[in-house]
Amino acid sequence: MELTVFYIFGGLAVATALGVVAFKNPISSAFSLVVSFFAVSALYAMLSAHFLAVIQILVYAGAIMVLFIFVIMLLNLQGEELEEKGFPAYFKVAAALFLAVFLGGLIFVFKNFQGIFPKANETFGTVKSVGALLFTRYFVPFELTSVLLLVAIVGGVVLAKREL
Amino acid sequence: MATLQHYLVLSALLFTIGIAGLVIRRNVLIIFMSVELLLNAANLVFVAFARYRLNLDGHVAAFFVIAVAAAEAAIGLAIVIAVFRNRGTVKVDELDWMKN
Repeated sequence: MELTVFYIFGGLAVATALGVVAFKNPISSAFSLVVSFFAVSALYAMLSAHFLAVIQILVYAGAIMVLFIFVIMLLNLQGEELEEKGFPAYFKVAAALFLAVFLGGLIFVFKNFQGIFPKANETFGTVKSVGALLFTRYFVPFELTSVLLLVAIVGGVVLAKREL
Repeated sequence: MATLQHYLVLSALLFTIGIAGLVIRRNVLIIFMSVELLLNAANLVFVAFARYRLNLDGHVAAFFVIAVAAAEAAIGLAIVIAVFRNRGTVKVDELDWMKN
């Protein structure tokens, strides 16, 4: 049962990731990436990473991708700027073959490895537990991240101004 | 029951697709999106191992990766806007005025 759910969300993540690479229209790629982020968030929830699953949707799908879509709309790409020439047939065949060999190799390597997840209690991955870590052991990186975000804000505003 | 190797193979697959997009596409915005895919694949490995080892440090690492990715996306997109305003194109092939 859990394996089926994993395959559903994992397959969705891979299919939409392929969509990001394959679509000609950047808006289609952006929306495909949003769905991929939702699928990865579901995988996080399956891994008992409750805090991260919500953060993934809030920050990645809700902020970063909105930023991407705004920029695509702002640049107003249309017509031939959107179009790129597609891939020739032999390219697709070679890519599929390589992917099959790569996957086969990976699965073969992992065949004798039993990575069964141990049982986690219900405080694992909650906001409280991760927050406790963030404010005690990883306090310095946490504060430095806030400085980093400030730098990013200032840099973004300066870079995108029409006249300095 | 999904085991650790399932998540690792899935993450490797996502990473490969991200690299493929990074190398193949010529539109700078799609290249950025492929980079976000790479970061997501790495985050998945962090979270999977955190679950396997019952250690929350992986979640903290993934949290910082997400925060840095947000900052990087903001700056990168500001650069793309500035470049588009000056050169009128977002195709990487045509951004070559530093050549020679």
